[in-house]
Amino acid sequence: MSPPSTSAPVLRTEHLGRAVRDKVLVEDATFEVRTGEVLAIVGPSGSGKSSLLRLLNRLDEPTSGTVYVEGIDYRHIAPRELRRKLGMVNQRPYLFPGTVEDNLQFGPLQRGESLSHDVIEQLLSRVGLKGYASRNVANLSGGEAQRVSVARTLANSPLVLLLDEPTSALDETSKLEVESSIQNVVHDQGLTCVLVTHDTAQAMRLAERAILLEAGRIVRTGLIHEVLHA
Amino acid sequence: MLKYFSANQLYLGLEQALIAAAAAMLVVLLARKRGIHLEREALIAMVRGLVQIVAVGSVLLLLLRAPRWTSGFLLAAMMIAAGATSARRAKGMPGAFRISAWSIAFGAGSVIALMTWLGVIDTAITSLVPVGSMLIANAMNTNGLALNRFRADVLAHVGEIETALALGADARNSVSPYVQASFEASLIPAMDSIRSLGIVWIPGLMAGMLLSGARPVYAAIYQFVVLAMIFAASGLTSLVSTLLIRDRIFTAAQQLSLQPGR
Repeated sequence: MSPPSTSAPVLRTEHLGRAVRDKVLVEDATFEVRTGEVLAIVGPSGSGKSSLLRLLNRLDEPTSGTVYVEGIDYRHIAPRELRRKLGMVNQRPYLFPGTVEDNLQFGPLQRGESLSHDVIEQLLSRVGLKGYASRNVANLSGGEAQRVSVARTLANSPLVLLLDEPTSALDETSKLEVESSIQNVVHDQGLTCVLVTHDTAQAMRLAERAILLEAGRIVRTGLIHEVLHA
Repeated sequence: MLKYFSANQLYLGLEQALIAAAAAMLVVLLARKRGIHLEREALIAMVRGLVQIVAVGSVLLLLLRAPRWTSGFLLAAMMIAAGATSARRAKGMPGAFRISAWSIAFGAGSVIALMTWLGVIDTAITSLVPVGSMLIANAMNTNGLALNRFRADVLAHVGEIETALALGADARNSVSPYVQASFEASLIPAMDSIRSLGIVWIPGLMAGMLLSGARPVYAAIYQFVVLAMIFAASGLTSLVSTLLIRDRIFTAAQQLSLQPGR
C-alpha cells in the first residue's frame, strides 16, 4: 500500500443515486477518486457496491446526481468513450470464444485499432501471462481467465480501472495470483483504481482509501484503516 | 370408426376436433408431469383457433366471392393479427407488437406483392388469399421463433453483452452473435420443409390442386414455389424483426434494458 494520493480527482460523483421501482440501490453518493490512488468500496452483501460501480461505468443510468470524469459531466461523454476510459473488470471474466489475443484485441478493434504482437505480449506480462497470446480461452484456469480479463481491459488504456469483486469467484491460489497481477498493474504502474470487495483483508492490501456502504448509502469515507477499523 | 356413429358431418367434425384436441391436451399433461406448464396457453390457443377457423370457414365462401380488391384488406388484417400473436413470444421486449407487425407486413407483404406482380401468385381472390395467408402464417411463426430465441439468448448472456459494452463495443455489436443465432434458428422449420418436400410431407395444397384437375407435375412444382415463397417471406420477416428488436433492448446511453427480473 502506498501513501494516499493528493493529486486532482480524476473521478468525482455528486449525489449519485439509483432507485428501481421504489427500491433504492444507491443513494446520495458523493466522493472522489484522485489520480493514481486505489479506492476500495466495501460493505456487506446487498449494500449497493456493485450497483455503484455500474453507475460509474454508466452500465446503469443514475436516477439522481451524476459523475464527473476529469471535470466533465459524464452524460456529455459518448457512452462508448466513457466505458473505454473507465475500464471495468467483472467478478466473472466472461471471455469471448477464441484465443487470448482475440480477447485483448476486442476493445481496440471496436474503435478500428489493432494491437501489435509486442503490445499484446507486454499486456500479458503485466498480468503474469507472457506467452499465452495464442492459447484458446476455453483451456484457461479460473485465475488465468480473470487475469486475461484484466489485461483485456488494460488493452483499452483506461484512465481508471473499475474492479468488481475480481477474486470472489476464485480459489485461494488463483485469488492470490489475480491480486498480485492487480497489485502490479495499479501500484507499479500508478493506474487509478476503484475496487469493490467484500474482503476487507484484500481491501487493506490493495487500497489507500475506502468508502463504506450500507443500504446504498455511504456511511464512512477515509483512509483504509480508519474506515475498516473505526 | 367415427363415421359409423355420426352420419351428420357437423357432429362428425366436432367429434374429430374433440379427439384431436384431447390428444394435444394429453401431451400438455405429459409436459406438466415434467414441470412444464402449458395447460392454460394450450387450452386457450385451441379453443381460440377452433372458434376462429369455424367463424372464417362459415363466411369463407362469401369472402372468396368478394371483389378482388378486398383481398388487400383481408391480408392486411391477417398481418396485424399475426403481429399480435407472435409478439407474445417476446415478453418484456419493448415495441414487440409494432416490430412484429411491421416485419411481417414487410417480409410477407413484399413477397406477396412481388410474386403477384410477376404472376407467380394468381390475382384471383381464391388464390391470393389462401397462398398469402400461408406466407403470413409462416412469417408469423418465424418471427415468434426469432424473437423468443433472441430474448432467451440475451437474458442468458447478460454478462457477455455487458462485458462487450464495458469494453467500448457498440450496442449493436454486443448482441450481434445472438441476432445471428436467432435468425438462423428461426429459419430451421422453413429450411427443413423445403429439404423434406415430397419425402416427409406432401402439402395439402397439392392434393387440392390434383383434385381440382391440375397436372401432377405442375401441382408438384407449385408446392416448391409455395415453400420457396414461404422461405423468402419468413427470412425477410425474421431479418427485419431481429434487426429492429436489437435496437429496442438498449437505452439511448447504450445500456442493456432487457435484464432478468426487471
